[in-house]
Amino acid sequence: MTEISFYLTLALYGIAALAYLACLLRTSPCQAAIARRILIVGFLTHCLAVIHRFIAAGHLPITNMHESLSFFALSIVGIYLYFEARYKVSSLGSFVVPFALLVTLGAGLVPTTIKPLNPALQSAWIYSHTILAFGAYSFFTISCAVAVLFLIQSHFLKKKHLGNLFLKLPSLDILDEIGYRCLAFGFPMLTVAIITGAIWASRAWGSYWSWDPKESWSLITWFIYAALLHGRLTTGWRGKRAAILTIIGFLIMLFTFIGVNLWLPGLHSYT
Amino acid sequence: MNIIVVGLSHKTASVDIREKVAFSPNSIEKPLRELVALEGIVEGVIVSTCNRVEIYATTRDIAGGIARIRRFMAEYHHLAHDLLDPHLYSYHGEEAIRHVFRVASSLDSMVVGEPQILGQIKTSYGYAAEYKSSGIILNRFLHKAFSVAKRVRTETKIASSAVSVSFAAVELARKIFGSLTDKTVLLIGAGEMCELAARHFLTNGAKGVMVTNRTFERAQKLADEFSGEAIPFEELFLHLHKADIVLTSTGAPHAIITPPDLEEVIKRRRMRPMFLIDIAVPRDIDPAVNEMDAVYLYDMDDLQQVVAANLEGRMQEADKAEAIIAEEIIQFYKWVGTLEVTPTIVALRNRFEELRKAELDRTLTGWKDAPPDAEKRLDALTSAFMNKLLHQPTMVLKKAGQGNRNDLYLDALRALFDLELGGTDTDDSLELEE
Repeated sequence: MTEISFYLTLALYGIAALAYLACLLRTSPCQAAIARRILIVGFLTHCLAVIHRFIAAGHLPITNMHESLSFFALSIVGIYLYFEARYKVSSLGSFVVPFALLVTLGAGLVPTTIKPLNPALQSAWIYSHTILAFGAYSFFTISCAVAVLFLIQSHFLKKKHLGNLFLKLPSLDILDEIGYRCLAFGFPMLTVAIITGAIWASRAWGSYWSWDPKESWSLITWFIYAALLHGRLTTGWRGKRAAILTIIGFLIMLFTFIGVNLWLPGLHSYT
Repeated sequence: MNIIVVGLSHKTASVDIREKVAFSPNSIEKPLRELVALEGIVEGVIVSTCNRVEIYATTRDIAGGIARIRRFMAEYHHLAHDLLDPHLYSYHGEEAIRHVFRVASSLDSMVVGEPQILGQIKTSYGYAAEYKSSGIILNRFLHKAFSVAKRVRTETKIASSAVSVSFAAVELARKIFGSLTDKTVLLIGAGEMCELAARHFLTNGAKGVMVTNRTFERAQKLADEFSGEAIPFEELFLHLHKADIVLTSTGAPHAIITPPDLEEVIKRRRMRPMFLIDIAVPRDIDPAVNEMDAVYLYDMDDLQQVVAANLEGRMQEADKAEAIIAEEIIQFYKWVGTLEVTPTIVALRNRFEELRKAELDRTLTGWKDAPPDAEKRLDALTSAFMNKLLHQPTMVLKKAGQGNRNDLYLDALRALFDLELGGTDTDDSLELEE
């Protein structure tokens, strides 16, 4: 059952990604609506897959690479659907949905077996720590997509190259606002995730902070987004350089999330 | 029944002719009534805009109908027929349908793709419907034209780009700011282009206008016109940060806004983007400011290039639109064809039935020693004979109705059998269709 809904999700995300990409090429307005509907159905089957796995495993399914990636994709799609409904920016989906598809595909390629929960993780803290961390990751993912779109649009405007793509993509102000919202939601989530992680660590490992690679890289990620938010709130920092830093922040975040698990063994290596 | 079109447009007549034959919407009832009172004209719609005056009508007699409408247009406006006639074009059949579909889809407009024409035709049709000068065929025809125009609009990009400099500026502003509702426009210097653009920004929702000029009185006057705020020219840089969109067209020989000026402004704006439009020649704004983050500078050449590119795009899209129209004409033509076939067949059968009944009665009343089943047998015989006789012509007619050569058959039949079509028959067939 879990498998069926997961692969169904994968297929639906695949179709949705193609539909969103096709939106960039063709004009028909109903196409975006179709793409959205497919994505919503995919989101629902994905929820089903995660819930089913939750019941089967008896614990929150974010304890190995497969589950993490799957949950990451789920929250990206969920948050994206919110932004699309709120700001009517289907062209953002042409960038976000293919990425979510890749993440889901990655989840499908790693071993999917359910393993008994590591005793150290058997705690209620897993909920707040991991869900918040993944929420933050997803918001940062979307803020990165928005930053890329901002750079593209800004480039088109500066160079006076006003082609088809320019007309399809959202306005600078809307991109700026979505980017800011992502930051405003994602940063506090990351902060609380790190704090709850520290408290949990003191209970489980006996120390709040042990400079485990995951912790160090999380801190680096945190500093980058803190700098962005600080600049924004004090001097209204935005535009091209802010967009570039957002993209750098995302790449570091991606390394914190996936790279550290793959290459830097530490206390967080459970998979 | 045939659809005919008679009219003139910016392509065939200059404005001094066009204004002479324009029909005022305030007194459209009179010409509409006179139009449908013309001999042979069944339905009529008058479209009168600043770029075209056209009459759409239905008639049985194509040549006569067109000639009468041509004369009507001149006589109604008390013009010499010879003066007006060279400017008039007329279409019938497929060409008439194509023409109206093209006009409604804005393919025949001065600025191809401009959106007003569809609304103007809808209004004109509204008058015709109100005064009942349009009937089943024109109703259906114009509704079809509206849906074709809508299809062209959604399926091609013919109307999706701005083709005037000031519209292009508004479109660009939308791509920077999204909504213009809380945006302020600053006009530096007075100039017609600037004013026009400012007006476009205001009608598209901009919040307010500030005006500055070397002569303060002129700034004041223009500001009053827009119910905006006038600013002394010396204080320009005290207010510049409040403007999201800046339009300049001063006669200054050197740039009046340079990168160092803007650095401070951008800081005060907390790096929110600024859209600068420089319409002046020589330019008022140093082109180097375009390199600054959050500043987007467009000069006259840039805007004109945008417009030129958009126009070219529209021409390409026009080809797609023509294909859509060709497709829709075939469909509509089928409908027009079947429209008259059914009542003709019914009339033909009625005529035969009438004769059969009459002859049957006459035979039976004069037949003294007729067997008891004589009536039944004769009835069966004549019915079968009539049906067999009519079968082939009915099939041919139905088939002809799908094509566009049906008039020939229909006219021949009507003449040969002296058929008269009641208006009600046509009504019935329409209801069946819909």
